[in-house]
Amino acid sequence: MKYIDEFRDGAIAKKIQARLHAEAQPARQYSFMEFCGGHTHAISRYGIGELLPHNVRMIHGPGCPVCVLPIGRIDLAIQLALERGAIVCTYGDTMRVPASGGLSLVRAKARGGDIRMVYSGADALEIARREPGREVVFFAIGFETTTPPTALTIRTAQQEGLKNFSVLCCHVLTPSAITHILESPEVRQFGTVPIDGFVGPAHVSIVIGSAPYEHFAEEYRKPVVIAGFEPLDVMQAVLMLVRQVNEGRAEVENEFTRAVNRDGNLHAQALVSQVFELRNSFEWRGLGEVPYSALKIRPAFAEFDAERRFGLGYQPVPDNKACECGAILRGVKKPTDCKIFGTVCTPENPVGSCMVSSEGACAAHYSYGRFKDIAVKVEVAA
Amino acid sequence: MCLAIPTQLIELRPGALGLVELGGIRKEISVALVPDAVVGDYVIVHVGHAIGRIDPEEARRTLAMFGTLSELAAANEAALP
Repeated sequence: MKYIDEFRDGAIAKKIQARLHAEAQPARQYSFMEFCGGHTHAISRYGIGELLPHNVRMIHGPGCPVCVLPIGRIDLAIQLALERGAIVCTYGDTMRVPASGGLSLVRAKARGGDIRMVYSGADALEIARREPGREVVFFAIGFETTTPPTALTIRTAQQEGLKNFSVLCCHVLTPSAITHILESPEVRQFGTVPIDGFVGPAHVSIVIGSAPYEHFAEEYRKPVVIAGFEPLDVMQAVLMLVRQVNEGRAEVENEFTRAVNRDGNLHAQALVSQVFELRNSFEWRGLGEVPYSALKIRPAFAEFDAERRFGLGYQPVPDNKACECGAILRGVKKPTDCKIFGTVCTPENPVGSCMVSSEGACAAHYSYGRFKDIAVKVEVAA
Repeated sequence: MCLAIPTQLIELRPGALGLVELGGIRKEISVALVPDAVVGDYVIVHVGHAIGRIDPEEARRTLAMFGTLSELAAANEAALP
């Protein structure tokens, strides 16, 4: 398939690998955080970790929107379905994220909640049109890629004068999460999470452009290379990061020029700012309250804001004590450092959010990487 | 969540909709966020919406950059005694 297969060519991967081994200086340690879950998925699926020199380490960041969704937010959606009788529509991944009381949206559905999986906000809108006697709430999550479609949905609902449709907005922002990580004590004070640079988001950057990352390069002296989600893109980005570190540079470079420019999709940005405004603070799973890191619906569209329409109050809920998702999302721990990984917590029965989406660090490692953790014993016949 | 794929726009339809095809599968999507898209363009589709376009010239250049790399490596190998 065009623009996919060419970027998965194994022979070229070997050539980039050879360059990486030639250019990574043996005396140095390189630690790069890939922010996006899409990159985490690609790294596990294509075994990119094994192709890298041993002194180049990838740290998984908090760039999976399902993984960073806190329990309290899912509880609100469940409350709308079970207590307020609303039809709650959401993306497939969101359905299985564990919530309070052993519930998830899919389990709340089994208890009689009218919860429906949709492919897009437009599908939720269609349900609202078909069932005018019911309240329909779109539980909207995601980074800057998913936000413009939600904005479009809200604007369409207003233009059509729909009276039974609203959005539970949980849209979050990439740059503020990266700032939060760079400001975290693990990175700044303790140095437990060494970060020499970032593999910058692919699809998020199509929308917001590469300019918002220039601040990290300048202020924190961290190189950022925006990369596509195919394996060659990721390997090339790591090579570009190694070169920046070697040369003492900290710049924003763009490997994904086929889809990303400096300004991004201005049309989508205008729509987002018409419908949404900044929230003062928003809780992320693993990162806690992050100032100015999420969006809420502007007063002009208040009737489509489920939080106002239903008078919802947010209650933070602590994660399961045994679950290490929080530390994994901050890059402090690896999935295998969690004692319930692969035993109690599996993709079929996730305890933590990182095990839910295929882009979560735990699910990616469980699906593609865990067998290499098992020591191979060779028994020699006598 | 962030799964989005490059698909070819094969038809524009009223109401800012478009038909895309990927490996023989066709689907109607919204092109409202990429109003300049024309038939034949490769658009990146995410949750039923085109969010951006692929620049064929830049894609060629990126592939060529990988290519140069392989030529460079080949030259290095050839240079070995």
